[in-house]
Amino acid sequence: MSLLEVEQLTGGYGAVRVLYGLDFFVDAGEVVVILGANGAGKTTTLRALSGALDAKGHVRFDGRDVLGRRPEQVAAAGVAHVPQGRGTITDLTVEENLRLGAYTRRDRDVDGDIEGWYGVFPRLSERRRQLAGSMSGGEQQMLAIARALMARPKLVLLDEPSLGLAPIITQELFRTLSSLNREQGISMLVVEQNASLALGIAHRGYVLETGSIVVSGSADELSRNDDVRKAYLGF
Amino acid sequence: MTRSQQRALGLAVSVAVVAVLMVWFGWIFPTRYNATDTRLVAQAFYIGVAAMGLNILTGYNGQVSIGHGAFFGVGAYTTALLMSHEYTYFGITFGHTSFVATLLPCAIVTFVVGALVGFPALRVKGLYLALVTLGLAVIFPDLATRFVQGTGGTSLVALTPTQVAAPSWFPSRLSAQDQWAYTMCFALAIVGVVGVWLIARSRFGRSLIAVRDHEAAASSVGIDLARTKVLAFALSAMYAGIAGSLSVLVVFNASADKVETFQNSIEFLVALVIGGTATVVGPLIGGFAVVYIDKWTKDAFPSKPVVSPATFGVALIVLMYVLPDGVVGGARRLFAWSRRTLRSRRASPAAPATPATPVST
Amino acid sequence: MALFFTQLLTGVQNGAVYASLAIALVLIFRTTGILNFAQGEMALFSTYLLWKFTDIGFAVWLAIVLTMAVSFVGGALIERVVIRPVEHSSPLVIVIVTIGLFLAINSLAQFFFGSGQRAVPTFYPEKVWHPGGVIIYSDTLVLVGVLVVECLLLYLLLQRTKLGLAFRGVSGNADSSRLLGVPVGRILMLGWGLAAAVGALAGAMAIPTTAGLVPSSMQQILVFSFAAAAIGGFDSVFGAVVGGMIVGVADALTIQYVHRLQGITLIVPFGLILLVLLFRPAGLFGTTRVERV
Repeated sequence: MSLLEVEQLTGGYGAVRVLYGLDFFVDAGEVVVILGANGAGKTTTLRALSGALDAKGHVRFDGRDVLGRRPEQVAAAGVAHVPQGRGTITDLTVEENLRLGAYTRRDRDVDGDIEGWYGVFPRLSERRRQLAGSMSGGEQQMLAIARALMARPKLVLLDEPSLGLAPIITQELFRTLSSLNREQGISMLVVEQNASLALGIAHRGYVLETGSIVVSGSADELSRNDDVRKAYLGF
Repeated sequence: MTRSQQRALGLAVSVAVVAVLMVWFGWIFPTRYNATDTRLVAQAFYIGVAAMGLNILTGYNGQVSIGHGAFFGVGAYTTALLMSHEYTYFGITFGHTSFVATLLPCAIVTFVVGALVGFPALRVKGLYLALVTLGLAVIFPDLATRFVQGTGGTSLVALTPTQVAAPSWFPSRLSAQDQWAYTMCFALAIVGVVGVWLIARSRFGRSLIAVRDHEAAASSVGIDLARTKVLAFALSAMYAGIAGSLSVLVVFNASADKVETFQNSIEFLVALVIGGTATVVGPLIGGFAVVYIDKWTKDAFPSKPVVSPATFGVALIVLMYVLPDGVVGGARRLFAWSRRTLRSRRASPAAPATPATPVST
Repeated sequence: MALFFTQLLTGVQNGAVYASLAIALVLIFRTTGILNFAQGEMALFSTYLLWKFTDIGFAVWLAIVLTMAVSFVGGALIERVVIRPVEHSSPLVIVIVTIGLFLAINSLAQFFFGSGQRAVPTFYPEKVWHPGGVIIYSDTLVLVGVLVVECLLLYLLLQRTKLGLAFRGVSGNADSSRLLGVPVGRILMLGWGLAAAVGALAGAMAIPTTAGLVPSSMQQILVFSFAAAAIGGFDSVFGAVVGGMIVGVADALTIQYVHRLQGITLIVPFGLILLVLLFRPAGLFGTTRVERV
């Protein structure tokens, strides 16, 4: 049984339909990527999963039905969502953002985890008392990821982590994501426009076009797929 | 029926409706109803005028003001004082004028005062601007008490029946005082609507909206932010001032007690939002709404006058749930919904509903 | 000189009242992002409740505690039932709703408690001292003391507890907080409940020292509290306190010393707002939001 099983996911915004019956899954320990251009429905998919908008179909996470649950309940079930544009709380400090990330936890290891993440992201450690809003885009992205991981989630949803960041920063970011997956076994569902970066760390992927999945396969297969190469990899 | 035929029909219907309304309100209404009712509608008209002015500033230009009661008061006092007193400055004596002769001075004075307020307002945004304008509404009564010599030492300037009566050149059919007051309010309300309609269609109107929606973008295409915002203040103050002038004919005095100026300011804002911000006729409809809801809540509990503000308040809240975009907005939505339902019913009942085109995610 | 200090203390006492209602306004602003016109009337209703409790026979301090608790629940309910449905509408719409609340609550207070003047007792002994010609009332000391304790408790709540962190998170970015599992709806109710309780305390402090409780008691205080919150910056509790003091002291001193402004002393708080905003558009302690275009 997969960690995340999605069947016939359909939804949108009011009268406007965006998703037309998506089927995909994520196994524990995997990095799965959803590629697509602007307007394909990538952000909508993640928002439907984390409960931020109404959708129909079936979504089973860790064996339990989560579709239709409120975002707080989905988060408590072990899904962390790093939204598009990072969503750091700019009025709080770095450390406060991290601590808020652990909101759903009731154990005593929160402080220990914070120190741990400072080890993985030393730049955050330097800025721990700084207001999140005063940091650069790349640093905020790292904060958003660390904050999501503070909840010790079973699955992390990442919405276009490379958006608005310089190439060097995104390289570093994806290297970090990859090592988090390999060393700590954190499962990820990454939605991206930057196909080469994403396929570089993924196990499997799907291609989303105007609300439907048109191609699926292993990361290798997708990189070699002619259509994918022409449309998303530029060669 | 083709699209253009539909549009022509729609236009013809609108023109016919407007014509009927004009004849009804302009000619028939004032002679059919008693003085109290006529005065009530006259009040609805001048509150509508004030709300129209506020619309220019708040609806189209996004600057929220809860102080327009002050401009209203300035207009009322200008008219009342010019009609009831005589002044001599630099060897020129003026005063004891007719109502119509006070309209131009009133418009000029309130326009200038509005501009004077508009300049410092440039530095203040949003919530803080609302508070500063609240300050205006709160200080105005004190200023009036300090500088105006009214009846019996208060700031009330009362007018005699002769002064508020209809002038000799007015048609005798409408020469009762209430009819005269009503006709002036109606006429100036129409002028006001036309004014707002012209502004909304003009380049100035588009700059108002552009500045409201995105100042940085607006200035980058060459719109003079300061000029637009100050002019919006001046025009809206002028409308409120004219409304104040009209009120003198209906209530026979100009006054500025503490509660009243603030209440007026709130009333104009409520009328604006109920009618529909950034619409041409919305504020006028809002004026009627405010006056009639007030009347109905007062009549509903004649034995318990304390309860009527509560019912008014509840009515306001419920209206905001049901019509957050005002009466005009609600009407538009109803119209669009009925057009959609009619169109899909006309399509073959067996055809499946086509999915709407996806938008950018 | 003694007169100056006496007036100064009057200003400080009034300032404490404006500051405490301003704190309520700031809490609502941080929660819902709007100006709550009904804050004064909510405090008025609470104060009437306080009077009723003392009338029935409760000790004053107990009545105050009860009133604050009931007000907390009332404020939370108002958020859930009245404000939540229009939460996503334009700010103007929400303001009209608070105006509706203003009218309704004032009217209901008169309906339940009558429109006559009511006396609200204090929980501390009324004393006066005259060191060196300066007149010092126990009221002033108690009000300032209560304000200090209130601020301290709020500081501890907001800065040192998990709940306070969640509140500040929701104030900053409700969507992100939601994704982290924070129950945003319940936090909003908490904000309004807290504001209502703080307002109740403000009323309990203000009314005993004025002429008595009448339906219009809170209206001028509300205006001054708006001014205080604006001067301090609407999202800062500390700013509200500083703003309240500035407004209170400036008003008291102007009444005493600037005779040319006789009768129009209201100019002072609003002139101050304008002055402060000209130099610091977000208030003295407000956070300026820099928006990338």
